[in-house]
Amino acid sequence: MPRTRRKPAEDQEEQRGARPFWSGTLTFGLVSVPVDLYPGNRNARTPLRMLGADGVPLSRRYYSQKTEKDLDNDDMIRGYEIEKDKFVVVTDEELERLAPEQSRDIDLRSFAPLEQIPPIYFDRSYFLVPSSGSEKAYKLLAETMQKSKLAGIATFVMRGKEYLVTIFPENGILRAETMRFADEIRTPKDVGLPEEKKVSAAAVKKFETVIKKHSSNTFSLKTLKDERAENLRKLIARKKASKKNVVHVEVPEREEGKVVDLLDVLKKSLAGKKRAA
Amino acid sequence: MAARAIWKGNLKLNSTKIPVKLYSAVQDQTIRFHILDDKAKQRVKQHMINPESGDEVPNEEVRKGFEVEPGTFVILEEEDLEKLVPEASRDIEVSKFVPPKAIPPEYYDRPYYLGPDGDQAAYFAFAEALNKQEKEGIAQWVMRKQSYTGALRAEGDYLLLCTLRSADEVLSAEDLPKPAGRAPDKKELAMAQQLVELLRADFDPKEFKDEYRARVMEFVEKKAKGHKPRLKLVKSKPKAASLDKVLSKSIERLKKEKRSA
Repeated sequence: MPRTRRKPAEDQEEQRGARPFWSGTLTFGLVSVPVDLYPGNRNARTPLRMLGADGVPLSRRYYSQKTEKDLDNDDMIRGYEIEKDKFVVVTDEELERLAPEQSRDIDLRSFAPLEQIPPIYFDRSYFLVPSSGSEKAYKLLAETMQKSKLAGIATFVMRGKEYLVTIFPENGILRAETMRFADEIRTPKDVGLPEEKKVSAAAVKKFETVIKKHSSNTFSLKTLKDERAENLRKLIARKKASKKNVVHVEVPEREEGKVVDLLDVLKKSLAGKKRAA
Repeated sequence: MAARAIWKGNLKLNSTKIPVKLYSAVQDQTIRFHILDDKAKQRVKQHMINPESGDEVPNEEVRKGFEVEPGTFVILEEEDLEKLVPEASRDIEVSKFVPPKAIPPEYYDRPYYLGPDGDQAAYFAFAEALNKQEKEGIAQWVMRKQSYTGALRAEGDYLLLCTLRSADEVLSAEDLPKPAGRAPDKKELAMAQQLVELLRADFDPKEFKDEYRARVMEFVEKKAKGHKPRLKLVKSKPKAASLDKVLSKSIERLKKEKRSA
């Protein structure tokens, strides 16, 4: 989720998701609920690997322009460009210290009906899962929100960025939808859209008739398909069956960094089982 | 300053075509950092290497593959990938209309404003009709070699097109077990509901500001001038008391705040 440029090691960690993405505290009033945060979106775009001529999986590395040598994480720092090629260095520790303690909690400061929030604000989806010991308070909050039909809104700082989130229950589980801040949404005026001219009532009526004719009260989300990903998967299956263009290479065991299914991780976590450290 | 349109197309509704321009509705304000080489204080570059030999692999030698089993890759050539590109079109086909509630928040991805490109009368009439009917259109189009499905809605007098995620991309809580642990009792529920009601307010996006972003920028500017702002250490927090004690305390405090407000 952080759109700040990160160091490579953290990037890889984010793609795996076997462990919680972040652990923190959800608060309402003086009640605090320790939670783990997991991504709620799956990468459906069938990720392709970069391979060498002989099929060996390649790695992306950062290197120095000056020495042309590859750089380790410790050889790299983060800089803000104040003018062309002039940087102010900002360390992880500084970014950490710039977030006061209370800003790290997801403090549900206000509650509103979910329908009041225009979808233009919604960005990415996450699940909040109770961390061990907080199940009681977690269930209390989820059930209360379900009963009052309200979503909670909060801001919090996570990994060098502040997030605005809407939190709402779904099947007893809290979903956290990150949102854009008001100054990240353009208004029609910002964009320079023209002022509305007088519209003819007849034209509006005509469109209303078309809308009514093609309306339905339900919408099957299953019809939302990623055609490209589907066609890509079919192509891969065909190629695999034909045994052409298939290469085998020795790859090291990747037990620790194995790509796991997000759904399995969440299921395990919700069942209250201990995660593999 | 007016924004530049990123794409032009035709909103297609039955046999009616409304020419439109597409504008991004989002302006990302995230602070952008660059990764620097610590010694040279210069921007770093990226390349692909063979992790076994450590040798650089030039771009023209890099192939793309999908790992079907550990160590087994199906190679995809450029012409294979070309074939996956959908046929180019300028039509944004609106096939049906649904109540806004039919699309859950987690499906909305990126919002774009549609602006009229010529026929303003039809554009504004359609936006008004959508408003009156309280419906969202389901639209399909191909833009920059990718096909999209989106929700077309009225935003004030204007049209907004929000791309939608595919069902494969969105995890549903329905597929997950309910959290373990004991259910809350009636007394706790009543208190928690009272607390939530006290915190109830209409959603106002302007109320929530990215204070951290402002703090980081201020820090960067001070540092740029050669100052070394001192930053406090972050402390860890103490343990909380029992649930119903904390609930009643919270209610008391909020009530007090409301009275004195």
